[in-house]
Amino acid sequence: MSKPSKEQMLFMYRKMVEIRQFEEAAGTLYQSGQLPGFLHLYIGEEATAVGVCAHLKDDDYITSTHRGHGHLIAKGGKRDRMMAELFARTTGYCKGKGGSMHIADKETGILGANGVVGAGIPLAAGAALSAKIRGTNQIAVSFFGDGATNQGVFHETLNLAAVWELPVVFVCENNRFGMGTPQHEHQRVEDISVRAPAYDIPGVTVDGNDVLKVYAEAHEAVVRAREGGGPTLLNCDTYRFRGHHIGDPGTSYRDREEVQEQERQRDPIRRLAQVLTEDEGVTQEDLETLEAELANELEEALEFAKNSPEPLPEDALEDVYADEIQP
Amino acid sequence: MRSITYRDALKEALIEEMERDEAVFLMGEDIAEYGGAYKVTDGLFKQFGKDRIRNTPISEAAIIGTALGAAVTGMRPVAELMYIDFTAVGMDQIVNQVAKIRYMVGGQLDVPLVIRTQGGAGRSSAAQHAQSLEAWFVHIPGLLVVMPSTPYDAKGLLKTAIRSDNPIMFIEHKLLYTEEGEIPDDEYTIPLGEAEVKREGEDITILATSRMVLKALAAADELADEGISAEIVDPRTLMPLDKDTIYNSVKKTNRLLIAHEAVGRAGFGAEIAALVVREAFDYLDAPIERVAAAPVPVPFAPVMENFVIPDTPQIVEAARKLVRYEI
Ligand SMILES: Cc1ncc(C[n+]2csc(CCOP(=O)(O)OP(=O)(O)O)c2C)c(N)n1
Repeated sequence: MSKPSKEQMLFMYRKMVEIRQFEEAAGTLYQSGQLPGFLHLYIGEEATAVGVCAHLKDDDYITSTHRGHGHLIAKGGKRDRMMAELFARTTGYCKGKGGSMHIADKETGILGANGVVGAGIPLAAGAALSAKIRGTNQIAVSFFGDGATNQGVFHETLNLAAVWELPVVFVCENNRFGMGTPQHEHQRVEDISVRAPAYDIPGVTVDGNDVLKVYAEAHEAVVRAREGGGPTLLNCDTYRFRGHHIGDPGTSYRDREEVQEQERQRDPIRRLAQVLTEDEGVTQEDLETLEAELANELEEALEFAKNSPEPLPEDALEDVYADEIQP
Repeated sequence: MRSITYRDALKEALIEEMERDEAVFLMGEDIAEYGGAYKVTDGLFKQFGKDRIRNTPISEAAIIGTALGAAVTGMRPVAELMYIDFTAVGMDQIVNQVAKIRYMVGGQLDVPLVIRTQGGAGRSSAAQHAQSLEAWFVHIPGLLVVMPSTPYDAKGLLKTAIRSDNPIMFIEHKLLYTEEGEIPDDEYTIPLGEAEVKREGEDITILATSRMVLKALAAADELADEGISAEIVDPRTLMPLDKDTIYNSVKKTNRLLIAHEAVGRAGFGAEIAALVVREAFDYLDAPIERVAAAPVPVPFAPVMENFVIPDTPQIVEAARKLVRYEI
């Protein structure tokens, strides 16, 4: 089992807090009517993105989902430019053309959140194929939910990636619901990693709310991909603390007590804090200082976003085609 | 100049572009040893190896999604979909991913991806192997659509398509593969968005696409015997569309007949008609007429198929009527 150093643990703590703060702020802004569009929060699932992306290099690739903010921050996306995108400003990653569900950043290998469930999965395989053909030693990771594992492209892509031995890691975030449908109503399997043997690739399930466990299993999968061992299906057992999106209280299809219980027992940030303070000689004060520093940084990100210019209406006509072809 | 088939013209384009640029590779069902369903890639795997001529599983969505992932990360894939009818199986990837990714991410990503496919009736392939679906793709902002009618156009346009940073639906016709035509010995390319007047005339413009160009040319011969001089315009690329060539022709002949193999209803011809009415209304001496397939699935029985798919006599008849039209 690969264990992170104290520095790596602190880095992961920082990333998880960055995500949590971003999501809480975005949720509040959305509820007060300041953000257009849809907003799907990642609160409670931070350990998955962070434990996996801790192994990735800047030029490795990820594909993400409608619930993508956590993946993007974990991969190196900047909170100011992400926030600006949520505000639909020109300084946002997509210049206000994409919004929450389409944030991408070429520089950090983020090939995009995605508004279509499962659709990013083949994209990651393609990036992995590209890396393999170019011989660059890059790998690709695709994040997706339990709901996405019933999509054709999930099965098509695992099969294709297995046949071609692509350097890709498929990370399923089983938060136990696809929107409001509990997992047992949408698939017979409970442990989604059992789908891996159907494609003759390794499949493993891990407690997705324990960042150290995610880190350890992701290490195996990432090394396998990088060393030419082909794809892995890494199934992370997690839980979404908030509704499907803002506007869904998330209590019509699950008990309030269940949610509270999950928050009490399985908060990935609190769990890592405990390890850091009990085993690694970090004080509560150290963590609070770090959190305050990150909160300030987020405050600046918010200011940046709010003070950024809005696009012109006719900017809508740009970026459809390359080579100056007019839409 | 030398005479080669449409199939060989396409193959030459693929070979030349693969030799020119290492980033170009082909993927699709049975394109290697089998040589492609219509043998366009026959033998290429011997020359380029199976890393660059990649057989895929029968997974249209994964083929397109994977090609897209490769395209946005430095490769220039040419993905073959065996029949245009099967684009429906991979439609999310084409319409929601390939077409839109550049725009959604604010122009950060180029999409140098060619989707080669073929359509058209005439071989009793029936309802799921003989459609003409180009209008679907013309309708989607972000895609370009190419429909070559001759070996010369096929080669020159495919080379340009492969060099483009835009995603392109390159639509061949199954009954054109064995057609022969002259091409230059030296290398050449044809720009996207340049229509060609395939035959000059004075009395009526016949705008035709793909195989219908050949039928329109045959019709022009017959019409000439009756003293009617028809001008045949082949847009060659439906998007981008060379409107000027079309307008200029109509302004000269004052009559427009549109001939395509797709169903007429909401077909590409409707778009042309609307454009011409707006731009050249005062020049028209007759209503715009369309010759197109009957609005039924393509039938199997040769007699029914011939009835449904328009042929030279219908073009002649429609042209005659327009020329005799009295205001
Ligand atoms: C193809 C498609 N179908 C339906 C939707 C609507 N939708 C958005 S998210 C979602 C649930 C997805 O569940 P899952 O993949 O488990 O991800 P989670 O939301 O739990 O993170 C649905 C049904 C969609 N965006 N795309």
